[in-house]
Amino acid sequence: MLKIENLHARVEGKDILKGLTLTVNAGEVHAIMGPNGAGKSTLGNVLAGRDGYEVTEGSVTFNGVDLLALEPEARAAAGVFLAFQYPVEIPGVNNTYFLRAALNAQRKQRGEKELDSMQFLKLVREKLKVMQISDELLHRAVNEGFSGGEKKRNEIFQMAVLEPKLAILDETDSGLDIDALKQVAQGVNALRSSERGFLVITHYQRLLDYIEPDFVHVLADGRIVESGDKTLALKLEEQGYAWVADKDPALSGASA
Amino acid sequence: MSEAQRTPFVESLLEAAAQAQLPGSGIGWLDAARRENLDAFAAAGLPDTRMEAWKYTALRALGQRRFAPGDVQAATRAVDEAACALPGVDGPALVFVNGVFRADLSRLDNLPAGLGLLPLSLALQGDAEPLRFALSRHYREGGDAFARLNAALAGDGLVLRLAAHTKVTEPVHLVMIGAAADGALAWHVRHIIELGEGSALSLVEHHVASGEQQHLGTQVADVVLRKGAQLRHVTLQNASSGSTLVRHGSVQLDEDAQATLYVLELGGALVRHDLHATLAGDRARMETRGVFVLHDRQHVDTQMALRHQALNTASESIWRGVADQRSRGVFRGAIVVAEGADGSDASLSSKNLLLSGQAEIDTKPELEIYADEVKAAHGATVGQLDERSLFYLRSRGIPLAEARAMLTAAFCRAVFESLDNDALREHLDQQLMAHLPSA
Repeated sequence: MLKIENLHARVEGKDILKGLTLTVNAGEVHAIMGPNGAGKSTLGNVLAGRDGYEVTEGSVTFNGVDLLALEPEARAAAGVFLAFQYPVEIPGVNNTYFLRAALNAQRKQRGEKELDSMQFLKLVREKLKVMQISDELLHRAVNEGFSGGEKKRNEIFQMAVLEPKLAILDETDSGLDIDALKQVAQGVNALRSSERGFLVITHYQRLLDYIEPDFVHVLADGRIVESGDKTLALKLEEQGYAWVADKDPALSGASA
Repeated sequence: MSEAQRTPFVESLLEAAAQAQLPGSGIGWLDAARRENLDAFAAAGLPDTRMEAWKYTALRALGQRRFAPGDVQAATRAVDEAACALPGVDGPALVFVNGVFRADLSRLDNLPAGLGLLPLSLALQGDAEPLRFALSRHYREGGDAFARLNAALAGDGLVLRLAAHTKVTEPVHLVMIGAAADGALAWHVRHIIELGEGSALSLVEHHVASGEQQHLGTQVADVVLRKGAQLRHVTLQNASSGSTLVRHGSVQLDEDAQATLYVLELGGALVRHDLHATLAGDRARMETRGVFVLHDRQHVDTQMALRHQALNTASESIWRGVADQRSRGVFRGAIVVAEGADGSDASLSSKNLLLSGQAEIDTKPELEIYADEVKAAHGATVGQLDERSLFYLRSRGIPLAEARAMLTAAFCRAVFESLDNDALREHLDQQLMAHLPSA
């Protein structure tokens, strides 16, 4: 589904990704772990199409389409969803209105029929139940005045409504206490399916206690230096990231 | 200014004055006041940008234009009646077409008890004495060219008097229609509004177009709120995109009086709005909420001057501006807390968005304080849409143009949140959305 090959990317003139190769198939959950500054968030932003991230080499294809050639909105319509590390507060834009506009914009780009407000509300009610989110959040402006946990749950709720093919979770666990973390993980798990791939970017292993990955990759200095199953995450937890710094990426079998 | 230097603009309006047969002519004091203002206009002409109040609004191009003296067919001209209907506003209505009162379009039957409402042209046929104070004003400032012109040439407008302790719930609708005629013409309306002690009224001022035209409209409004009176005044300015519209409003608030003004500026090519308010009585309170949304080469200049003159008076002003393409917005908010106006509370916020590199917005809050124990705050910004917010919306599938429109609308929308006429607020919202760049 997602095929990243030899990806090099630069931010503000600085090379961050230096030859990243990774394949995510439908139904798989991949965790990307790594020390601060390894390029984890850059990967999420490059995939979602944020301005200011310059791809200098390599390619990303998504179901056979050159993802990097698409505008952010077209990537979303194609099925890519980024759960932000820092969801943006947007005063004056109602959460429900925003979500319906987003869903219908995606449907329109895909040539599907837009949902009317009744159909949309029905869908939202179903998803609310799964996410265990109070509908009070829906009546507020997007993320405005939300607690850290509410913001992250709102991201997962958006994901539930938009039903992407590939969900990228950018440090979704950061700033969450254990209860909020469990709620977010539960939401993610409810969305796991054989048709959907996940890229879970995290610094800490603890999220992976609740979202069990099929593959774990270690990202260091812009490259994947180690790949394995979930036990790799436990090793990282025990030994820290110091040992990966010494690894020679050329010998590590970087692709999953 | 000598005759030889007179611009085509001044010439054409002096010709108009020579031909005009204005309602009320023959009333000695009114003739004298009209003459005096006309002479002052003829002598000084239009202000130039060396004058502080006109620094950002050049009138050179206007000075080269000629305007026909009013619309002789205004009384019968067919207009688009649907254009002046507003949701949530179906009470009494006074409609003017190119500055001329139209009984056939107005609703003046079954007026609530205590509400006096009639066109100036009719009021001048009766006892004009109660209007003498308002209509005898001389505009002494050189920048008041349009007010002078209006004083010299206005023969119609709204005269509204609300008796003490009368509360009218249905909003009064005041409609100025600029209607396409053979060429560009000048029209002038003069409004006189007085709310008696403890009375309450809602007024909706509405500028609309019936057909595209390049008219010049001038409007002068004097509003007096007696002790404890409450006014909610909503202005929807949707004039023809080629027109020039100059409005001059003075509001006086006596003790405990409260005025809330909402202004939405959408139309016009060249628009100027001077708003002067005096908080003259203790505990008087004034709120202003304004938005302008500009595109093409529109130029809209708002000059607001609030004067706190009594104890414990309060003013709160929230203005938002959006300029796209090659448009230009100007906002000046000057607040004076006069000596002795202790305990006053004044706040002013002017935030502005530029949607294009060629648009320009000049905002200038000014605060002068001569009293003690005053709370005052002001802030002004001019900026662009937040890139992070734009990316967030786009990452959810919302196309760039729609995302921009959504954020721009959100930026403006909060201004009208406190307007408690739901149907009208929603209409303002829709109008706002319709004027924002392609959603």
